Amino acid sequence: MRREPPRSAADYAPIVFPGVMLLVFFVIPFSIMFAVSFFRRNPAGFYSPDFVFDNYARFLTPFFGTVLGFSLLLAILVAIICVAVSVPFTVLLARASRRAQTLWLVALLSVLSLSEVIIGFSWSTLLSRTAGITNLFVAIGLMEEPRALLPGFGAVLTGMVYQALPYTILILYPAIVRLDPTLMEAARTLGASPVRAFFNVVVPAMRNTIVATLIMVFVFALGSYLLPQILGRPRHWTLSVLITDQAILQSNMPFAAAMAVFLVLISLALVGLTVMAGGRRDAS
Amino acid sequence: MSGLELRDVTKRFGTFTAVDSINLDVPDGTFVCLLGPSGCGKTTLLRMIAGLEEPSEGFILIDGADMTPVPTHKRNLGMVFQSLALFPHLNVGENIAYPLRIRGVDAARQKARVDELLELIHLPGYAERGISQLSGGQRQRVAIARALALSPKLFLLDEPLSALDAKLREAMQVELRQLQQQLGITTIVVTHDQREAMTMADLVVVMGEARIRQAAAPVEIYRQPADAFVADFIGSTNLLDFAADSTGRIEVLGGAIAGLEAPDGLGQGRISIRPEDVHLVAPGEGHDGTVTFVRDLGGTIETFVDVGGSTIVAVTTPRDRTGIKAGDKVGVVFPPEACVVLAR
Amino acid sequence: MTGRILQHLFLGLVGLFLAMPLIVVAGVSVNEKKSLTFPPDGFSLAWYGELFTDPGWRGALVASVLLAAFAAALAVIIALPLAYFLWRRIAPWANIFRLLGVAPFILPPVITALGFLSFWATAGVYGQPVTAVISHAIFFVTLPLVTISLGFTTIDRALVEAAATMGADDRTIVRTIILPLIVPYIISGYAFAFVLSLNEYIIAYMTVGFTVETLPIKVFNALRYGYTPTMASASVVFVLVAALVFGLIARFGDIRRLLGAMRSDG
Repeated sequence: MRREPPRSAADYAPIVFPGVMLLVFFVIPFSIMFAVSFFRRNPAGFYSPDFVFDNYARFLTPFFGTVLGFSLLLAILVAIICVAVSVPFTVLLARASRRAQTLWLVALLSVLSLSEVIIGFSWSTLLSRTAGITNLFVAIGLMEEPRALLPGFGAVLTGMVYQALPYTILILYPAIVRLDPTLMEAARTLGASPVRAFFNVVVPAMRNTIVATLIMVFVFALGSYLLPQILGRPRHWTLSVLITDQAILQSNMPFAAAMAVFLVLISLALVGLTVMAGGRRDAS
Repeated sequence: MSGLELRDVTKRFGTFTAVDSINLDVPDGTFVCLLGPSGCGKTTLLRMIAGLEEPSEGFILIDGADMTPVPTHKRNLGMVFQSLALFPHLNVGENIAYPLRIRGVDAARQKARVDELLELIHLPGYAERGISQLSGGQRQRVAIARALALSPKLFLLDEPLSALDAKLREAMQVELRQLQQQLGITTIVVTHDQREAMTMADLVVVMGEARIRQAAAPVEIYRQPADAFVADFIGSTNLLDFAADSTGRIEVLGGAIAGLEAPDGLGQGRISIRPEDVHLVAPGEGHDGTVTFVRDLGGTIETFVDVGGSTIVAVTTPRDRTGIKAGDKVGVVFPPEACVVLAR
Repeated sequence: MTGRILQHLFLGLVGLFLAMPLIVVAGVSVNEKKSLTFPPDGFSLAWYGELFTDPGWRGALVASVLLAAFAAALAVIIALPLAYFLWRRIAPWANIFRLLGVAPFILPPVITALGFLSFWATAGVYGQPVTAVISHAIFFVTLPLVTISLGFTTIDRALVEAAATMGADDRTIVRTIILPLIVPYIISGYAFAFVLSLNEYIIAYMTVGFTVETLPIKVFNALRYGYTPTMASASVVFVLVAALVFGLIARFGDIRRLLGAMRSDG
């Protein structure tokens, strides 16, 4: 069947249902959210229609600035750690046997699909005083007595790296698995050590992929909304947490919507950058 | 008329003309080879006959009825694709029975027909095999059987043998030709292999640059090429520029060829002469030349002779092995009856 | 030689990092008393029993499974015709729908969740269970859309042309050729969407959080209002379900191809 432009009404039939569903349940909700961001808060209900910039004006407060700055820094840190671990990991994974690769992929997918709730709970248990890893340190004599390692910045960071690591590996996997293995071999025959070959050959060949992955993981980490709550203190809360908090607990939909719109813009800008990086890669 | 007729069939993709005003009559039962270099439009023409592409202009008639508006699935044809296009989720029998199944033919008759076709392609008992268990040649046969399951009016094949190795390909050419003669079905094969076309076809249609350059029986195509393109594409040939005077006397490489006349008004052109027609004689007779290279292939001997800066190839059989070697002076004779005079 | 040992050590450390919290949770889940200690104090599978007998936990489990089953089905029903249309027709404008299908998954989920919250609140059906099904289907439509689109690219178009030359019309071709070839990809897409929907918290919370308690919501509430080893057993069940589903995909499909190990056009 050659591909051909749709002509009759019947040719358009398959796209009607998906099209309507996506327009009604994705485009319209986004439009409403965008509209709500200009509405006024109504303590009695959700909001009252209006057209004010008050919700955006609140971005200028030091409180919001601190949260935004913290969110961005946290996400950048998570992205850098994840990519730094994942690139060598994925290179090794790609060289493993088919069977080993499949087992790893199943494990990674299983962890990736875990709810943030469960990741948060698991790490809160692992870092707790009663069941935590410090008991192990006590048992082998590294510590005097067990203690809780949370809440704290370290716990939040660890939890978020845990959440984003499988995602990072799975983004890198296709690019690295298709990387010409003879590149490494050629470098080795020219006398480079494996580590040297990795930094001189793999990393430069993958530069655009790595940049794109950093951005993708950054956006992914920006979306983390439960781990900062479960593993951190209120000063470790991120923009995503703040949005949830304002929307549900403070019943301030307009302000939550304004923050969400802002987050969309940041994400879209970064995804756009990724696409452009990808386009350059295709062009070269 | 009964059979297939193409009337001014043209296909344009954007500004590119893939097939340009093709006119052709194919009587029932004919085996046609569409032959040409890649990109000459032969596959596009076949796909238009199948209804897989729509002509930009022109008509395709079968038994006098215009097929142009008829969709592929109503054209009653069987087609073998270059990739064979065997359904990977069906076994051999299910593949062959597919056209019967979708028409609601009952299971017993499907099975009977499948067995009959497997017999025809010399693969009896293969119905339950998976496609991936077959060799290249076996897959080829299954694809052919599937295309013939409904005894179609037209049998179309797009480079059907290109994936096979040389030996198997030659065997399949013979087999395909025998099968076609047995069934008497109108068959059109696209190929770029001139040996394949010569082996199988009643009618060879040589295409070049979107047009038909010559449509004739294989021997005629070989002996009487219509132009230099055909002469060069079919087999190998020596193409020599000539100039003719007002009486039609032809002069090639600084010497006349006695007994050969140019048609009226043709002042210059080319003659084509097949290597096996070139005679090598003692120096002094014919055109003087120097042997530059001798290739003894066992069955034939190719001698490359430099005549006034042009290289002439002569082919002889070992029986008249002459002992000529590189560096020898020879005479080269072009027998007039073997020369074909071509316009530019 | 030391290089190889170091490589295995590195892989092992990453594996340990990924497994450690799950091991601890599995240990906690078999505590005999109602305490979250590790190593476990005694051994008991009672907390797994509670997951299925305690009305609160069982209700959450049933709600989550139903939500995931329906949402994944709806996601496939949306993705399949869209992927087919994009593969079958030359219609550049239709790529906007591909983008719309992928967008919810790339953006931070809290945004999509908030969009749904404002939508359902405006529509006046806030809190109805069906809103969670639709919201999850839209949010996870990316997964079947990607897997099924990948499936379509593996279909040689000559197969479809061959079927047409043998007399099959479009409808017959879809039924006899395309669907049988695409089924593994449909199942994969459904399975991905099912597992992720089962685990999803924020959208479920923002759409039906006050009326329906899904398992992740229940676990989160338990985190706030009183720890119990049942949370741990629920987490273990989640991990096992995910591992089972992805294991089955790996066993019966090509998970490496699904994750992009082969060029889809190759």
